[in-house]
Amino acid sequence: MQAFTEVRGRIAPLDRANVDTDAIIPKQFLKSIKRTGFEEGLFFDWRLKADGRRDPDFTLNKPRFQGAKLLVARNNFGCGSSREHAVWAVIQGGFTVVIAPWRQEGDATVPAFADIFKNNSSKNGLLTIELSEPDVESIFQAIENHDGLEAAVDLESQTLTVLTPEEMSFTFDIDPAIKKNMLSGLDDIGLTLAHESSISTFEAEHNAQVTWT
Amino acid sequence: MAKTLFEKVWESHVAADLGEDVTLLYIDRHLIHEVTSPQAFEGLRLTGRTVRRPELTFATMDHNVPTDDRFNIKDPVSKAQIAALQRNCDEFGVTLYNLDSEHQGIVHVIGPDLGITLPGMTIVCGDSHTSTHGAFGTLAFGIGTSEVEHVMATQTLRQTKPKTFKVSFDGTLGPGVTAKDMILKLIGEIGTAGGTGHVLEYTGDAIAKLSMEERMTICNMSIEAGARAGMIAPDETTFDYITRESRPFAPKGAALEAAIADWKQLPADPGAVYDRSISINIDELEPQITWGTSPGMVTNVSGLVPNPGDVPGYNASDVEMALDYMGLTPGTPMTDIKVDTVFIGSCTNGRLDDLRRAANVLKNHKVAAGVRLMVVPGSEDVRRQAEAEGLDDVFKAAGGEWRFAGCSMCLAMNPDQLAPEERAASTSNRNFEGRQGKGGRTHLVGPEMAAAAAVAGHFVDIRTWA
Ligand code: SF4
Repeated sequence: MQAFTEVRGRIAPLDRANVDTDAIIPKQFLKSIKRTGFEEGLFFDWRLKADGRRDPDFTLNKPRFQGAKLLVARNNFGCGSSREHAVWAVIQGGFTVVIAPWRQEGDATVPAFADIFKNNSSKNGLLTIELSEPDVESIFQAIENHDGLEAAVDLESQTLTVLTPEEMSFTFDIDPAIKKNMLSGLDDIGLTLAHESSISTFEAEHNAQVTWT
Repeated sequence: MAKTLFEKVWESHVAADLGEDVTLLYIDRHLIHEVTSPQAFEGLRLTGRTVRRPELTFATMDHNVPTDDRFNIKDPVSKAQIAALQRNCDEFGVTLYNLDSEHQGIVHVIGPDLGITLPGMTIVCGDSHTSTHGAFGTLAFGIGTSEVEHVMATQTLRQTKPKTFKVSFDGTLGPGVTAKDMILKLIGEIGTAGGTGHVLEYTGDAIAKLSMEERMTICNMSIEAGARAGMIAPDETTFDYITRESRPFAPKGAALEAAIADWKQLPADPGAVYDRSISINIDELEPQITWGTSPGMVTNVSGLVPNPGDVPGYNASDVEMALDYMGLTPGTPMTDIKVDTVFIGSCTNGRLDDLRRAANVLKNHKVAAGVRLMVVPGSEDVRRQAEAEGLDDVFKAAGGEWRFAGCSMCLAMNPDQLAPEERAASTSNRNFEGRQGKGGRTHLVGPEMAAAAAVAGHFVDIRTWA
């Protein structure tokens, strides 16, 4: 994975909650055995009409959002299947950051991203930023009001700056382990194999304890 | 300290504490299918790594497989993906249930069937419905392809510990009401993100009364509640399931006795503390039907298609989009909704028990004119058992299609697809836009409700079925 450095680029809205991985990349694109070329499938059923033509009304097809690097959506982004192809498609479609709001339901805080999607993102250098609903709402508003709006992320200081004339700045929380891995771009498997002796020790004890398998 | 079921399984699999809340969790069983594994095998090849414990890794072909003529895969890309799994398993020494195998089937059906899934284990698969295996008191969850590669290379995963969420179901199911209705009800209550970051532990007298097949239906859809996993403590029902049939990978004799003694330690200790909890009484539970494009968009069979502003947990604009996609008008009684296709199958409801329930409803009935009924067994073992009982004859006599095993129209990656605007009653788990075919409209229900809809041509309240 590529190390995550500072990002600056256009920010595009996707005003939907529960954007599922079937919508991010439909199944016909999952047949590939390669790791590239998934941008073609990104939001396929929304980008194209039933007759195969581009739907000019779909937000991400609008000229003002072409080349965007940041995407802002509503809560529970990436729910559904575990397909990492969804993350590959988002990245290969040009995005490095997805922003979504957490939601308060009763006493429970419901995270902005589905677990597996978030996890898959962290392994591929796609940054998922979680903000409050009012903060995300203000970003949607800012995009609406400013053509070609850009935003910048500094992962080190955990800040997102939306580059309106008066600059809107947000700090976000991130799991420290994910932050470290993204900043370094290190390969998880390599890191884990450095603990090979712990794994072998555990494995031997585990095999001795669980005699019935 | 009193521990939950999840905590016991988690703690017995911590291979190392890596700091910053990261645990290296040891994985007992790794299940693989053709869709999420090719890039992982390729990664191993590129880095010169091997599969650390090939004997703990099991593969099958399920998503792409045609369910009519399985040896004639017309789509060259699907064919290439199937061929890649064969090649990869041969090269890395992984057991594969391929299209020739009598045990081929949906990965979450064959694991329990073959005794690969056992209580107290950690099981992962590059597939979100791995949560199914939690019905055995197993910590089982879906992972992405990078993690598939990680498990292959290290037999571990880097994990942060999820939170615990106790879900108590109490009461007694009324006639015709099923486990599918219980889980749809829960998702309706807590929302499709309600379980995010948590492992659900299902308890209560209503869970204790369920068969293993019903428990699997519930755990299967834990992911639709956003949960990392769902678990049910093993009990006599579990032990009986494991012992009852020939399950090649399950322990036998003295080993089985030792295993059961271990498994009896798994249920949560009295007084164990959970991060969250919810109780649902099912005495009055009605059959559930989804009306929208998210499994949480669900209502009672006696209910109506809702008004966009009246759905808790969803923005009116999202509901409007869903109703528009589904072609539904607010205020329509659910039982007035007509169906074109009925799909009975998938890892949620494609087990022998599910097929028996559907056949029971269909017996001596005919599918309504213009309705297509597809019955797809979850595995080849299930298919043979169903045929031995004559269930296939019931489906065929009713005018339904009896297929070979696979995921089929659950995700429509093979030719089994809905046409645009075609409406289905489906026993699967996801009603997302386009899930069963571009523009297709899916209503999730249990097997009895699906079978009854096939006969009537529209949804019916199974409780009034003669
Ligand atoms: S039956 Fe459906 S949900 Fe289950 S593994 Fe296959 S595609 Fe996934």
